[in-house]
Amino acid sequence: MSHTDTEILPPETTYAGKTLLLKPERSRLGFVRPDHNKSVIIDWITTVDHKKIGLMYGAIALFFLLVGGVEALIIRTQLAIPENDLVSAERYNQLFTMHGTTMIFLAIMPLNAAFFNFLVPLQIGARDVAFPRINSFSLWGFVAGAIVINFGWLLQALEVMGLLEAAGATAGHTDFVPAMGWFGYAPLTHTDFTGAGTDFWIMGLQILGIASLSAAMNFIVTIVNMRAPGMKMMRMPVFTWMTLIVSLLIVFAFPAITVALGQLMFDRCFGTNFFVVAGGGQPILWQHLFWIFGHPEVYILVLPAMGIISETLPAFSKKPLFGYSIVVFSGAVIGFLGFAVWSHHMFTTGLGKVATAAFSLLTMAIAVPTGVKIFNWVGTLWGGRVRFSAPMIFSLGFVWMFMIGGFSGIMHSSAPANAQQQDSYFVIAHFHYIAIGGIFLAVVAGIYFWLPKMIGKMWKGNLSTWVAIFSVVGLNVTFFPMHFLGLLGMPRRTHTYLAGFGWETYNLVCTIGAYILAFGVLLLLIDIVRCFRSGEPAGDDPWDARTLEWATSSPPKVYNFARTPIIAARDALWEHKYGPESRRITYEDDHGHGIHMPSQSWMPFVASAGFIPLGLGVSLMQAGIPYMGYVAIFGLLVISLGIILWAIEGPGGYHLHPDEDAT
Amino acid sequence: MSDTATAHNEEEDSHAGLVVENKKLLMWLFLGSDCMFFGTLISTHLIYRKLYPQSYDPLVVFDLELTSFSTFILLMSSFLMALAVSAMHKGQLKSFRRNVLGVIFFGLIFLSCQVYEFAHFTNEGLTLSTNTFGSTFYLMTGTHGVHVAIGIFWLLCLYFYSHTGKMDAHESAIDVEVAGLYWHFVDIVWIVIFTAVYLIEYIPGF
Repeated sequence: MSHTDTEILPPETTYAGKTLLLKPERSRLGFVRPDHNKSVIIDWITTVDHKKIGLMYGAIALFFLLVGGVEALIIRTQLAIPENDLVSAERYNQLFTMHGTTMIFLAIMPLNAAFFNFLVPLQIGARDVAFPRINSFSLWGFVAGAIVINFGWLLQALEVMGLLEAAGATAGHTDFVPAMGWFGYAPLTHTDFTGAGTDFWIMGLQILGIASLSAAMNFIVTIVNMRAPGMKMMRMPVFTWMTLIVSLLIVFAFPAITVALGQLMFDRCFGTNFFVVAGGGQPILWQHLFWIFGHPEVYILVLPAMGIISETLPAFSKKPLFGYSIVVFSGAVIGFLGFAVWSHHMFTTGLGKVATAAFSLLTMAIAVPTGVKIFNWVGTLWGGRVRFSAPMIFSLGFVWMFMIGGFSGIMHSSAPANAQQQDSYFVIAHFHYIAIGGIFLAVVAGIYFWLPKMIGKMWKGNLSTWVAIFSVVGLNVTFFPMHFLGLLGMPRRTHTYLAGFGWETYNLVCTIGAYILAFGVLLLLIDIVRCFRSGEPAGDDPWDARTLEWATSSPPKVYNFARTPIIAARDALWEHKYGPESRRITYEDDHGHGIHMPSQSWMPFVASAGFIPLGLGVSLMQAGIPYMGYVAIFGLLVISLGIILWAIEGPGGYHLHPDEDAT
Repeated sequence: MSDTATAHNEEEDSHAGLVVENKKLLMWLFLGSDCMFFGTLISTHLIYRKLYPQSYDPLVVFDLELTSFSTFILLMSSFLMALAVSAMHKGQLKSFRRNVLGVIFFGLIFLSCQVYEFAHFTNEGLTLSTNTFGSTFYLMTGTHGVHVAIGIFWLLCLYFYSHTGKMDAHESAIDVEVAGLYWHFVDIVWIVIFTAVYLIEYIPGF
């Protein structure tokens, strides 16, 4: 807010019979809300500003991207040569489990959330999300979950150093990091086979689920209710549309994993029989429940990437998105069908012919809307004035690499082929083409596209080209040979292999590729740091872009738009710049009472902090460490206290008067 | 009890959306999510019930009279909840308090019945770990009980809050209505559980 001329009105001001609150409201408990706090740390912890929350999501997610990346590099180094003994089998299991869990839940989902948070209110012309404090709760809940999941690494380090045995606290198992694979199949998750790591995983995922659910509901309400006048549903930017669809997927898919994790926790802590064969339970039930969540989760990860691409391609082709409505509709169909294909992860479990055929067909069907989208992107490029700026290079990389991942995906949909590829490196190749060739490249395109808007500084130089070269070459060198490895029969999740199967060369090539890719990511981080430190001022609309977020200043002021914009067309800013008079953006009249801003709050942070003792307490209680039940109860009390105080303090608020250069 | 912030003042903005208020829409979304939640719990129960038809006969422990009674009580609490919401809309604070206390009282009766039922079943030898029936039954009905308990706590907060003088028909009706939505949902879920878990056992050969 430094360059915002926020003029505070004299205290007597009233408007429409109501006194305006000019200072931060004193809460009903007598606390002063932490608005305009002098301490930068307190300001960021208690912020309810969707832009700051988005930036924090992004920063934390990039950190976990590095953590997951280092885990992947250790995995690849271990596999570089046959019979390598860099890490033990047990450590290897922990590494691939945490690599998957970290990348999916702590890197990609929060990276997407960073874009949702920063962009959606700007794209629909809103002041903030519908529930700013719930937004803050989602962020800190995510951090709490991340801490709980990764806490095992600390204990494992202590155990390796021999400090835990001295404390007499190993209680049978000596593994403290999840080691049963990111989908946690029963019966591996039973207490007979895994220790506290599984409990950290259960509690951590449960907490992340709560954070994701609250964020998703918040975004749906925001998109449905908070759009500026004239921003009809079919005028919304496609990224906002994809946010809406992804949020709906989260709302309806996460309960399945919540229940499954709850049942698993009861199995481990209280002796129930949900997945315990000896007690009559069925391990396959876990697979069904997990994938009923897990397959929509795939689309939760990839649809925002498609949204990003649907923004960048039109902007850098100087053309509207080809077939806007069909792209939106295809996104909705993908989301809907995503709930009907979960069993294609389970073809080899013997579902029966009818079920296998049905799920096989539905899986093939889902390729149709995806293909439609690809053709629409190509149609957008066709005849456009294409500029090869950094976001465009990554977007084109996305279309190409994502298609390769899509092709191997269609191969999986055929049940007989699937039976051959199941649990082999072919599957690894497939979903890494989606995850890195698709989602990662799209997210990088998004970073190159929107970071100038987020921080108001423009990229320096051409490092982005080298980022693109190293990451695209690296990912292909890493993952393309894995197709062959899979077809040659190399099983996934194997910590080493013997020479003589023809796997040696491919594995070595994969490892070299992984380091090339890692170098690309390193260059990306260097480029981001350079942009932060020494970027030139970006201006409001550096790319000559199309959508509403580019109509406000860079970085956007705390209130987003000084006056509420009135939208008259899709691609609002483009029409405003180049369209007829009737389709320009106009602004509502100034009401003279300023902009109502919500007060900052400690309570979401307090409530989320309670998740840490709750999660750790339950996990360690199961591991047999004394008094941990009380720690869990303490955590519950903190959560309840936070929520009650949150309710009592009320939204609060104050009014800002922006200076009137307002556009 | 204004529990979430809306970023905008009502009079200062006109939006394209806003057919349903923010808080109400949020609650509807939560309930949609909760539907999937209970759906998963109930299907787990029905799947295991179908897989092992001979493993356990719940009629040994079930007491249909007691459960019917508590179901009826919960239904009636929903009726009182509707009256409380209506009273709040009209700004009749006294009537609101009376009805909310009634809901809380009925909810507590329901919970007591459940506690009695759990204790009784445990004495009869059905525990969490006896078999899959015990596991699914206790987790499902227990989760529902926790929902009722949270609802009671919520209504208690609203009741005490109504004594602070900060509640009026204009500001607080929406808060009460959202709590009401939650309560009715918990009630409806119980109707499904009562049918799919209790009554179904009395149909021969089903």
